Amino acid sequence: MAGTPGPDPPADGGGEARPAWDSKLQYLLSCVGFAVGLGNLWRFPYLCQTYGGGAFLIPYVVALAFEGIPLFHIELAVGQRLRRGSVGVWTAISPYLGGVGLGCFTVSFLVSLYYNTVLTWVLWYLLNSFQHPLPWSACPLDLNRTGLVQECRDSSPVSYFWYRRTLNVSADISDSGPVQWRLLLCLAVSWAVVYLCVIRGIETTGKAIYFTALFPYLVLTVFLVRGLTLPGAMQGLTYLFTPDLRVLQSPRVWLDAATQIFFSLSLAFGGHIAFASYNPPRNNCRRDAVSIALVNSMTSLYASIAVFSVLGFKAASDHGQCLDRNILHLINAFDLPEQSVSRDTYTAALARLNASQPARVAGLPLEACRLEDFLDKSASGTGLAFIVFTEAVLHMPGAPVWAVLFFAMLFSLGLSSMFGNMESIITPLLDLGVMPRRVPKEVLTGLACLLCFLTATCFTLRSGSYWLEIFDQYAAALNLILLAFFEVIGVVYVYGMKRFCDDIAWMTGRRPGFYWRATWKVVSPLLLLTIFVAYTALLASSPPRYKAWNPRYERFPSRQEKPYPGWVLAACALLSFLPTLWVPVVALGQLLARCREKTRDPLQDGRPKPRGGRAC
Amino acid sequence: MGDIIDAENAFKVRLSIRTALGDKAYAWDTNEEYLFKAMVAFSMRKVPNRETTEISHVLLCNVTQRVSFWFVVTDPSRNHTLPAVEVQSAIRMNRNRINNAFFLNDQTLEFLRIPSTLAPPTDPSVPIWIIIFGVIFCIVLVATMLLILSGIQQHRRKHKGPSEMEDTEDKCENVITIENGIPCDPLDMKGGHINDAFVTEDERLTPL
Repeated sequence: MAGTPGPDPPADGGGEARPAWDSKLQYLLSCVGFAVGLGNLWRFPYLCQTYGGGAFLIPYVVALAFEGIPLFHIELAVGQRLRRGSVGVWTAISPYLGGVGLGCFTVSFLVSLYYNTVLTWVLWYLLNSFQHPLPWSACPLDLNRTGLVQECRDSSPVSYFWYRRTLNVSADISDSGPVQWRLLLCLAVSWAVVYLCVIRGIETTGKAIYFTALFPYLVLTVFLVRGLTLPGAMQGLTYLFTPDLRVLQSPRVWLDAATQIFFSLSLAFGGHIAFASYNPPRNNCRRDAVSIALVNSMTSLYASIAVFSVLGFKAASDHGQCLDRNILHLINAFDLPEQSVSRDTYTAALARLNASQPARVAGLPLEACRLEDFLDKSASGTGLAFIVFTEAVLHMPGAPVWAVLFFAMLFSLGLSSMFGNMESIITPLLDLGVMPRRVPKEVLTGLACLLCFLTATCFTLRSGSYWLEIFDQYAAALNLILLAFFEVIGVVYVYGMKRFCDDIAWMTGRRPGFYWRATWKVVSPLLLLTIFVAYTALLASSPPRYKAWNPRYERFPSRQEKPYPGWVLAACALLSFLPTLWVPVVALGQLLARCREKTRDPLQDGRPKPRGGRAC
Repeated sequence: MGDIIDAENAFKVRLSIRTALGDKAYAWDTNEEYLFKAMVAFSMRKVPNRETTEISHVLLCNVTQRVSFWFVVTDPSRNHTLPAVEVQSAIRMNRNRINNAFFLNDQTLEFLRIPSTLAPPTDPSVPIWIIIFGVIFCIVLVATMLLILSGIQQHRRKHKGPSEMEDTEDKCENVITIENGIPCDPLDMKGGHINDAFVTEDERLTPL
């Protein structure tokens, strides 16, 4: 095999050499940074907790083995072999498949819009963490200084800071309100930081990734060590990891595990294809795929241990405070000496008082304090980061330090994912030759970042967070699954399994074995199709609703469930299908162009072209 | 005290000494009660028309182990209790002095039904987040400018590169003879310096 000349290398766009990684480590860190993102921190622990703790790892590992790693290997191999961004790669495989690349490009654009908005919120919290006491620790005073602000009093200082002082959220999605200037400033800085890092493509991101990819691990370790030494951490961890195997019977678990692996590895964005295209042609992409996927999953586990030790501490602390409030009521009502009832003797004292004066005890506003209830309060997504964890940090000694560390970690986690997103936008643009060759790369990246910034200002409106949820649920999910399905089908059936295996043998030195060929040919496409159907069924089963923060709601602070207005539903539908529409549109366009060519020039016979082009 | 106690004008006080002071907590005895009466009388004396309030006009009763009790302030004739509003405003004005006398604060020395004025928030003139924001923004701006400028310099150097080579060759023909592209300087003062042109000729001839 070593003696055979490799397959013809595809012509590089233009006379300039393609940029290359400084070292293999840079490439690995970039892929790891792209894959490891905010979801590893705030989605995986929530799924673990909801789906029976350690038992969730079973569907997770199954999905990793049969869906995650095979798809990841395809992306890296295809990018490394064809040495183009996502649009170029699919056009090279077959002109009819060019729509897949465009679809990936569109989805990356939409995702980077709202992903950087989340980073904006993280940045806002980071900026506000440099003070003691932290601004979300106490309610502010109302206008005439006689009491606390009503909204804050009814909910909690942490929720108030998030919904009012950060988002200034409106009560309804149709009520857009003005642009929030604070968030706009943070958005500008956020995009400026992204531009600073991607300004010259992998030349600059390659340097930045050393910090942004490794810093989160350092902070996670610090939090892990600190968290494990806090009281209540062990209860949190045991509660999290105690397996409950009965949950495996519900199909919902398997669906969530499959989607989690899919989005966690950032598949079908085109970012990994772009990163792999800068590799030297002979690079063991199989080993890279397996190792990066494993690192990603290990990070999820590591992060969930750190997160849950802190949340266990928070639950224990809240439970203790609940008991203290009850004890205070008892002491005040019965005029018992201070500290005569401790947390341990509370139940005995309550029983004694209930036996002697049940009527008075019944009149007291005592809460039921059970540790399991506090441990059950799980949250995912922004709720975990901005409400639950910020409250947990308040209880830790030296709160501002922990807050700064936490939000700095979130920011660098998100930033390294943003590098991948921006690569999947900029590399196709460069390969397509959108700008004339004289124009330096800095201008192209600047224009891309500027366009994204201007479009993302719609998320700084008062209804911005509702729109972000829509984008998160509808723009990314279904499109990515469909595009990944087309990717697998495109490589295996259009490019040809034999040719693909030959390429991989040339690149890595070994032909892919039975596991790879079986998963690529049968298992992964079937899995993807099943996930797509199940996901669509799930979304369609209940009319889409959203939870609004409405201070005037009678059951405030519970969030009010409202249905989406008609025009918003239309926007949801558009977002769900527009990116994938590129695939049939481009295929049809190519078909029409070929037919027109053939009818115009009948002398050119329909010899099948070697590059997989189909005769009309 | 039962006959003159007027529930309307009496206030309940609750102290949480152990919560506030921990190990340094003092015991609540009659001397502390005397101090309390003195502080209340002091507060009342600050009210216009009530400057003649004496310690004996303040009555305490129902002292419990919690440390809570009721108190009223009577007028000099000891027949009527002072209206609640007056007592309320007097206590509110001097709340800080009363708290300090007992090393307590608004939460550990509670006057039920007398709300305390909340402390005004200590907002710095410029919110801290704006300062950090300015710092980060300046750093990012400076770094971006540096990168863009270095990029422009590299670009210019790459474009000027080939034309610079031609200029030096023209100059060399006037000053230094070029043999095979290598400038040879016969007046080289370095001594012991290998004449590159000579060496190249040798190499060319040797294999023959």
